[in-house]
Amino acid sequence: MTGIAIEGLTKRFRERTAVDDLHLSIGEGELFALLGQNGAGKTTTIRMLCGLCAPTSGDARLNGRSIVRETGAVKEMINVSPQETAVAPKLSVRENLVFMAQLYGASQAQANERADEMLAAFSLADRAQEKTKALSGGMQRRLSIAMALISEPRILFLDEPTLGLDVRARRDLWKLIEGLKGKITIVLTTHYLEEAAALADRIGIMHEGRMRVVGTVEEIERQTGAATLEEAFLQLTDTEEVSA
Amino acid sequence: MKSLAFASRTRKEVTRDPLTLLFGIGFPVVLILLISLMKRSLPDMPNDVFGIQGFAPGMAVFGLSFISLFLGMLIAKDRDTSFLMRLFASPLKGSDYILGYSLPFLPIALLQGAVCFGTALFFGLTLNIHLLSGLLMLLPVSLLFIAMGLLLGSFFTYTQVGGISSILVNVAAWMSGTWFDLALVGGAFKTVCYLLPFAHAVDTVKYAIAGNYAAIGPHLLWVLGYATLLYTGAVWVFRRKMKN
Repeated sequence: MTGIAIEGLTKRFRERTAVDDLHLSIGEGELFALLGQNGAGKTTTIRMLCGLCAPTSGDARLNGRSIVRETGAVKEMINVSPQETAVAPKLSVRENLVFMAQLYGASQAQANERADEMLAAFSLADRAQEKTKALSGGMQRRLSIAMALISEPRILFLDEPTLGLDVRARRDLWKLIEGLKGKITIVLTTHYLEEAAALADRIGIMHEGRMRVVGTVEEIERQTGAATLEEAFLQLTDTEEVSA
Repeated sequence: MKSLAFASRTRKEVTRDPLTLLFGIGFPVVLILLISLMKRSLPDMPNDVFGIQGFAPGMAVFGLSFISLFLGMLIAKDRDTSFLMRLFASPLKGSDYILGYSLPFLPIALLQGAVCFGTALFFGLTLNIHLLSGLLMLLPVSLLFIAMGLLLGSFFTYTQVGGISSILVNVAAWMSGTWFDLALVGGAFKTVCYLLPFAHAVDTVKYAIAGNYAAIGPHLLWVLGYATLLYTGAVWVFRRKMKN
């Protein structure tokens, strides 16, 4: 079954085309990694899929709901962990989780119950009462993902979830994300190729707003004739080579 | 329910910031203490400006002007840290944001006013039922500053809001007739002051405290007119920001 079906999605900002006629299908429960250099169009794509900005043309269906015509319904079933750590700094860890659950319609009791589950699942229980500004970068990211999951989304967008984290914190987050595979549809954007290779079922590489290739690591290497994913990435995102 | 959850978060973020207590409550109280003590030592200080019946309402309104700073900075910080992006991806509606950002400041305004008048009681402010009316008149005045905060936070960055709000606080203080009698300056300055809402805000509270309810009407209309105008603008800007 299709989790996300993107048909001709395009976003123009005046003269610049950020996302250009994107077509893509992501299966339900699949973990799809979106790769690309800065300005490739990854974040704009995610912003459109989350209903944060309207496409110039085209549409996408998330579990059958259109992002253009049914934005409200789409927002009920998705959640996002943005690129930068997006937590309320003066609220405690628990308060952040409860607040997020209530925004998605949970009652106080339900929100408390789900917060307990998330605190346990993300190993944050012993820091539950602390203000989030006191947490390390890795813990804030973990909380950010827990906040995205507390609404029990069917589709989760993770925008560079491990950016700026040390090796251990990154590996810890990988484990958490791996644990979600198959349960919900995940779209992950990242600059780290090894992260995409380790976590994703399939990878898409974007460059200058266009999707250059989609497939498993092996498929991408085969299609490009490259020996590694990194080589394939460099080849597909080389402006001169791509233009030629 | 969602807007109340959002309002609860706003209240916690604002009241847990020591700056709120320092500027919103502490600063006007210190000024009342200073001016009242100075007036005891310098009996020649003009009574129509620095008499406690006139000065206390001015300080109460001055204290409320910091609401624009607190709210503007909170919204700007939410934008800067991607927290607002996370919220915009949730099913919250425009009205939930406006209520969520606005509602907590109404009890804060009442508390600010109560502390201000409470301090002034020690320096001769008359304790009667009209004081309660004066307190209630602070609510429409607070709406004016809340709307300004919404606008500032929607337009400017965190650091810009700090600078612009200090200008606003100063304009609100100097053009409200709190520090000198506007009639004494007269001319174009007085006309400009009465084209802006700040002098009307102080007069509204001043007349309420004096029990001169017949005189409140025109001043309250100015305050409410500005509040409505600014709120409409703030809602329009905020909704545009939500869409893009």
